[in-house]
Amino acid sequence: MLEIFTHLANWFTYHVLAIDKGTRLADAVHFFVEDTSKIFFLLALMIYILGFARSYVSPEKARSWLTGKTRMTGYILAAMLGAITPFCSCSSVPLFIAFLSAGIPLGVTMAFLITSPLVNEIIVVLMGNALGMKFMLAYVGTGIGLGIIGGLVIDWLKLDKWVEPYVWDIKMPEFSTAEEAGWKRRERYARREVIDIIKRIWPYILIGVGLGAGLHGFVPREWFLEHAGADNPFAVPLAALVGIPLYANAASIIPIAEVLMNKGVPVGTILTFIMSIVAISLPEMIILRKVLKPQLLLFFAGFLFVAFVVVGYLFNFIFGGL
Amino acid sequence: MEITVLGRGCPRCESTVQRIKREAAELGVSVTVTKITDEVEIIKNGVMTTPAVKIAGKIVHAGGIPSIEAVRSWIK
Repeated sequence: MLEIFTHLANWFTYHVLAIDKGTRLADAVHFFVEDTSKIFFLLALMIYILGFARSYVSPEKARSWLTGKTRMTGYILAAMLGAITPFCSCSSVPLFIAFLSAGIPLGVTMAFLITSPLVNEIIVVLMGNALGMKFMLAYVGTGIGLGIIGGLVIDWLKLDKWVEPYVWDIKMPEFSTAEEAGWKRRERYARREVIDIIKRIWPYILIGVGLGAGLHGFVPREWFLEHAGADNPFAVPLAALVGIPLYANAASIIPIAEVLMNKGVPVGTILTFIMSIVAISLPEMIILRKVLKPQLLLFFAGFLFVAFVVVGYLFNFIFGGL
Repeated sequence: MEITVLGRGCPRCESTVQRIKREAAELGVSVTVTKITDEVEIIKNGVMTTPAVKIAGKIVHAGGIPSIEAVRSWIK
């Protein structure tokens, strides 16, 4: 089905622009047209479908569904809800307090907070486009798995003591969530999500794919292979160490990821880098400091570091041939 | 009329404030926008996703930039 984008690129490059086949310019233009049109199409489709799912699941609803569940159900459900529910990172503190004040265990709350930024449609489409369906599913599974494990470990170690005590005393008044939407409103919501998100990220996609198309000859592939290639065993931890404090939204990662993938950096290493950038950052830790004691913040960052490094090595091992 | 925007001052909260001001100016209604940026205050208003909008003591919107139609319907 996706060949249509190859045909589109053929037509545009060789007929509309009439560039000679086989030249470097033709290759670059072809790559650019095919990749951008495909990414925009897949992204629109994905956001549209997710938009419907999201019209049923808001963070408010996730909270009420997670209230009163057994722990094990709680971790799994929280991580899965986190995967489809987006929230602005500036909402993480209100969200955190709201979950705890509903009696949802700390680990379940953290499972939601870990998975939510990791699994999002932009990363998923980008990965699926560049590396294939199998890799994409493995990534989604990993994101959900990390949330579940993170939540389990936090409750198992009884880290509740490292939550700022005032948090437990906050009573949140019940607030009636948005009225049940009809089918038509859900459709409109899904459509608006597509427009909103694409309007926000289209420049990043153009820049990203443009860099990927144009950079082929510039930064030598060898440089990347030498520093971040499969032969450098420290590339994975280094990627995590660099990525964790950095703040960037998923969209602005697209250019970086495109370039790295084009330069033959192993997928696990790229994955570690991307996950550590989107999952947590220094600014976000400062925001969370309001509700978490430094010990828990350190533990949280440490857990993610270890988890991302393990995932990076694992993916390099499994998908090394990609 | 008075409209309160709840949110920790992220870009989306700013866009919400701007949108309300712009629509109010367009409709010729005088509106004062106040902001609540403290997380604990936000929670005590029953809001867990921001930006949220409160009018006359009631939360009318939460979790994202409100649509232009919604903003207009509040102001009218």
